[in-house]
Amino acid sequence: MVEFPLLTLMTAVPLIGAFFILFIRGDEEVVARNAKFAALWVSTFTFGLSLYMLASFNGESADFQFVEKHVWFESLGISYHMGVDGISMFFVLLSTFLTPVCIVASWDAIKKRVKEYMIAFLVLETFMVGTFCALDTVLFYVFFEGVLIPMFLIIGIWGGPRRVYSAFKFFLYTLLGSVLMLVALLTLFVQVGSTDIPTLIQNPVSGLTLQIWLWLAFFASFAVKMPMWPVHTWLPDAHVEAPTAGSVILAGVLLKMGGYGFLRFSLPMFPEASEFLAPMVFWLSIIAIVYTSLVALVQEDMKKLIAYSSVAHMGFVTLGIFTATIQGVEGGIFQMLSHGIISAALFLCVGVVYDRLHTREIARYGGLVKNMPKYATVFMVLMLGSVGLPGTSGFVGEFLSLLGAFQVDKMVAVFATTGVVLGAAYMLILYRRVVFGEQKNKDAAAMDDINFRELFMFVPLVLLVIWMGVQPQIVLDKVSPSVAKLLLHYNTQIEKAEKAKKEGESAEKVMMPQPEPVLEQLEPAGPAPEEEHDDHRDAGDRE
Amino acid sequence: MIEFAKLNLVYMIPELFLALSGMILLIAGVMRGNSMTSFLCWGAVFCFAVTASLVLGLVWDPAYAVNGLIVVDGFANFMKLVILLGLSVSIAISVSSLRHDDIARFEYPVLVLFAGLGMMLMVGANDLISLYVGLELQSLSLYVLAAIRSSSIKSAEAGMKYFVLGALSSGMLLFGMSLIYGFAGSTSYPVLAELLRGGDIALGVIFGMVFLLAGLAFKVSAVPFHMWTPDVYEGAPTPVTALFAIVPKVAAIALLMRLLFQVFPNMSADWVQIIWFISLASMAWGAFAGLAQDNIKRLLAYSSIGNLGYALIGLAAASPEGNAAVVIYMVIYMIMTAGTFAIVLCMRRDGVGVEKMTDLAGLSKNSPVLAYALAALMFSMAGIPPMAGFFGKLVIFKAAVASEMYVLATLGILTSVVAAFYYIRIIKLMFFDEPVDGFDRNIAFERRAVIFIVVLFVLGFIIQPDLLFNSAQGAVAALQP
Repeated sequence: MVEFPLLTLMTAVPLIGAFFILFIRGDEEVVARNAKFAALWVSTFTFGLSLYMLASFNGESADFQFVEKHVWFESLGISYHMGVDGISMFFVLLSTFLTPVCIVASWDAIKKRVKEYMIAFLVLETFMVGTFCALDTVLFYVFFEGVLIPMFLIIGIWGGPRRVYSAFKFFLYTLLGSVLMLVALLTLFVQVGSTDIPTLIQNPVSGLTLQIWLWLAFFASFAVKMPMWPVHTWLPDAHVEAPTAGSVILAGVLLKMGGYGFLRFSLPMFPEASEFLAPMVFWLSIIAIVYTSLVALVQEDMKKLIAYSSVAHMGFVTLGIFTATIQGVEGGIFQMLSHGIISAALFLCVGVVYDRLHTREIARYGGLVKNMPKYATVFMVLMLGSVGLPGTSGFVGEFLSLLGAFQVDKMVAVFATTGVVLGAAYMLILYRRVVFGEQKNKDAAAMDDINFRELFMFVPLVLLVIWMGVQPQIVLDKVSPSVAKLLLHYNTQIEKAEKAKKEGESAEKVMMPQPEPVLEQLEPAGPAPEEEHDDHRDAGDRE
Repeated sequence: MIEFAKLNLVYMIPELFLALSGMILLIAGVMRGNSMTSFLCWGAVFCFAVTASLVLGLVWDPAYAVNGLIVVDGFANFMKLVILLGLSVSIAISVSSLRHDDIARFEYPVLVLFAGLGMMLMVGANDLISLYVGLELQSLSLYVLAAIRSSSIKSAEAGMKYFVLGALSSGMLLFGMSLIYGFAGSTSYPVLAELLRGGDIALGVIFGMVFLLAGLAFKVSAVPFHMWTPDVYEGAPTPVTALFAIVPKVAAIALLMRLLFQVFPNMSADWVQIIWFISLASMAWGAFAGLAQDNIKRLLAYSSIGNLGYALIGLAAASPEGNAAVVIYMVIYMIMTAGTFAIVLCMRRDGVGVEKMTDLAGLSKNSPVLAYALAALMFSMAGIPPMAGFFGKLVIFKAAVASEMYVLATLGILTSVVAAFYYIRIIKLMFFDEPVDGFDRNIAFERRAVIFIVVLFVLGFIIQPDLLFNSAQGAVAALQP
């Protein structure tokens, strides 16, 4: 454990940077230049800090690390409690990694109010990092909800023609979900008497009914953020209208807050309710995967297509998480990280051509491989990653999630697997229409290939996609202990609840000793996978 | 029993000082005329400051003055300080625009001062009679203030409307009091509390309490007794509207709290239902009716109705925690409102005040500092963390949940999302829309200072919330029997 407050530093540095950028004065061009460089340095420094965190993170421990705890609201007993475990650490890393990428991506694209734009992104980074580090529910809520402010401004000020509508939709949708979570948080606070997340995990509220209500309230918030069908409709609007970097952060990090919330709150705090409601989540996920994939197939707008594909990919995440199997949960986490990089990079790809032609209409492009070979290569790797080709990070996440699903419910897994096929369909069609084929439009044919700045921003993303696909264990090794601990806790709690229920029943009926259904419950984690392996391969072949 | 038969004027020193200085200011004003107005305004602020320091010097344990008509305790003193702060701020932000608004009359500071005296009596009232006297002193001063711009029909209309409806509410209040006096046999709070401690409570007393609540609901502009608020807010000159929005409700809520918790604690089953309903109705109406407004003052009127609804949730919780939450919420709300009105008062072109919401369009280009300040305040009002307004809502809803009022908490928090729409609409106008003509640039120093301090409070509250939380908890401890 380190002595100095690393997580606070990582949270505070962007904010301090934003504060200094606020005071940059001079004529517009100089201010813009200085603001851009300042923001880039600040976010790179933060990324450096997070790399240091990664290096000094003890991958064998499942406990929270770099913990800081200070009194905050003495009168209410709310503390400032920060810490990361294997689950949250990579999300912090993702946030700090994507912020500089976004700043580079906006280098030339943003022309007006550059100073404010950079401030908004740095403030956003503070809130994102804080969300993943917070170990106190109120603190978590502050960061989680605070994200709305900079994002609202980013979409509304620098967005496209329908930016106002989209910004409002984004803001109100997410707020509506979040406030319900606030009521649930307060209920937990009153019931358990603490806002400390580890304490809340150790003492889940008893009673299935109460758990279900609380679970649903949390679900309202995370499902909107995720977003799950049918509350996903804000996402395509927000993505289409947001500036490129806004879409990148939205797809890359903000969507992950929902999945992270499920892992941090729903599963460990309401295990019984999670088990009870898991089938509902499965079917919602399947609808999300199949329906939004079909919707993506018919999109004419590149950003909208990728936005819908995000909803579909997030379907795999929720599916994996609520299987409550090692493979499923790890798959869900991996899928989130991989999607965070791939979809972010895909939005950057759209941004590249949008900067040149100022349209996102797929039909306006075509044959880009001839005049933009480097672009076509980058796009191809990312597209294949999104499809889930083995060897890219997208494959690992989807595969593990489906593996988890097969252990729990074969029917669900079969339906979900069709999503893989559909995913391949819409991405390949997109790629064919944009990159191959005739060069229909002169202006599209005359576009320059990606320049050094853009290449500089794509290379790490592409390398990560491949590296994570080939060596997923670099991530999974550090995630595993925390996931194992989470699931152990989850299963123990369910077992305890079952036992309590059985005792209640046997108190009524003195006879009839039940032959241990508990063990059956726990069984599938063991020998099942092999069989499922084949099933998936079949699905893969069909691709 | 309490030793009543004593004058104990020493506990009344702040009030006596305020009354005396009000008269001196009045004489000075009469002698020297309207040219003295800004001097008198600062004189009034000075008097408030002196009164505040006198309040600080008082005993904080319960003590009774004027034969038990007035109580001095931690709660009263804390609320008095809050009120004095609010009054001083509302004068300070208005001074520089009195002349423009055609209300540079020496009566303005004097009336504010007497209204302040009335409010101090209200929070210290320990008897239905002193309650009424304090309330009327406050209300009469405010009626005149609403109509102070005699050249404007709107202002006169606002004053008239306020007066007629206020008189109606005073009538209901008096009727309720007479019922209580008739059925219980006393007007003194402690005696009433003693008398009502028994199991069966006369129906007349319950009726009396309901009328009392209705009368007070008028004063705090809770639905369904809110009708006057939008019209008065819109019609009154903006400096007066600022005053209306910032202070009187704090006093009225304090009065209500003392009444409910020191006189009717045993009847909580009855009044909780009423508060529950008016709280929900206020939140819902404040949120939905606010959506259709295009005048910023009217919008803030609906916002204040809604915010009162949130504060009333804390009352409905009927617990010490709920009381503390009400105080915290009201203080935060008062400070946010002060900042908002300081900015609304800056909305003038060529010296003429404008109040359409569309006048704010593109403010972020013309005066970015003002726009960012207002944006912070609007996010805070909408209850978005990390602004101060969020923490106000947090304690309120926590108190509600702790009292198992899940329905009220959930519905309340859902209305806050509806209300968030009009707050962020203001932000949209300022940041997303194309600019119209800018506002006048010469903003008086004291107004800048208020805006700066308020924004600092709103943004920095998260760092040191305990200060307010602890003092509020200490203050409401005095309300517990």
